[in-house]
Amino acid sequence: MAEEVVVLGFWASMFAMRVKVALAEKGVEYEYREEDLPNKTSLLLEMNPVHKKIPVLIHNGKPVCESANIVQYIDEAWKDRGPSFLPCDPYQKAQARFWVDYIDKKLYEAGKNIWTTKGEEQEAAKKEILEILKLLEGELGDKTYFGGESFGFVDINLVTFYCWFLTYETIGNFRIEAECPKLIAWFKRCMLKESVSQTLPDPKKVYEFCLFLQKYFGVE
Amino acid sequence: MADEVVLLDYWLSPFGMRLRIALALKGIKYEHKEEDLTNKSPLLLESNPVHKKIPVLIHNGKPVCESVVALQYIDEVWNDTAPLLPSDPYLRSQARFWVDFVDKKINGYVKALWTAKGEELEAVKKDLLDCIKLLEGELGDKPFFGVETIGLVDVALLPYASWFSVYEKFGNLSLEAACPKFTAWLKRCFQMESVSESLPAAEKLYDYVVQMKKKLGTE
Repeated sequence: MAEEVVVLGFWASMFAMRVKVALAEKGVEYEYREEDLPNKTSLLLEMNPVHKKIPVLIHNGKPVCESANIVQYIDEAWKDRGPSFLPCDPYQKAQARFWVDYIDKKLYEAGKNIWTTKGEEQEAAKKEILEILKLLEGELGDKTYFGGESFGFVDINLVTFYCWFLTYETIGNFRIEAECPKLIAWFKRCMLKESVSQTLPDPKKVYEFCLFLQKYFGVE
Repeated sequence: MADEVVLLDYWLSPFGMRLRIALALKGIKYEHKEEDLTNKSPLLLESNPVHKKIPVLIHNGKPVCESVVALQYIDEVWNDTAPLLPSDPYLRSQARFWVDFVDKKINGYVKALWTAKGEELEAVKKDLLDCIKLLEGELGDKPFFGVETIGLVDVALLPYASWFSVYEKFGNLSLEAACPKFTAWLKRCFQMESVSESLPAAEKLYDYVVQMKKKLGTE
């Protein structure tokens, strides 16, 4: 049976990008549909009635929601295509899931706080994001990727934040590379992969979009 | 080599309760270490340096943190009995989705039930009931969320559910009338020793709430 894979996403969402990177890694063809978030399609509302959010992966008509969950699903549903995102060893798997959970709990909020706050609050957000990134840098160590020699689960879920760094750095007036050179080197290494470079949008476009969001949310 | 399993826990933590249930379901022998959260042990701080929280599962000296991560770890290592996740990738993704839903929604509302007052409390009760109704929809006519047997979603949700008799006693929430299927599911799960022995007795929870309400002045 011919497979039907549809992704509902938003171009600037690092969460939607995770799904695209994962599908590209597995060489799975899919139809991408851009959602207009203030005006969500009935398909999106039907496929994700609980959260009404993107990304959603629709595989042969059946929806999978929550980006990290979708990436795991892609790994399992297309396990015969290319290397596994998750290691075989249960302990290593647990470590990978732990770090993705950490990224999900911390990184987005810290980044958002940089462009939605000012003064002391913004300084605290900058400090926080650097702490988070330094911890991740420690976890990476001297490995090529978080997954060791192969680009894996943690790599896929983290790399998509890279296109937002210019935004954080410009609005926050700081340089991440100064504090986390090894992590930035890892990001650049990942960008050499087609699955990543073809997915992530131009950081300048993300920055312009964020300026628009700041106006929209009334951030002075 | 004999397996050495240690659980760093706190009796009241719903996250800790999840692991107790899973370990009991799988018949895994372990050493339970109760933490004093106001005075965390060096072992806890060393085993979970990132979050410094319980529960932590330590298997042959190696720590696994975050309850949902640890549940999946337990399921994968002790995979010969009581599987928590099915083998089908789609059904697995559904289970993970609903566990994430429990973590994102139920946890917050349950906490707020004890501290909110007046209009805010009414809003929290409504939101919580709406979430439970959604879960009821997901349960459907199945005996458990894990279909034939207790699964990941059941284990993730049960700790909160054990509080419901306490909520009803305090008049905070009338669950049985509003969510009969959910109540039936709860009763069904509590018939399993692995569940009833892993969760604190209702009386202990009730006493704790009485104490807490006195402290907060929300009697």
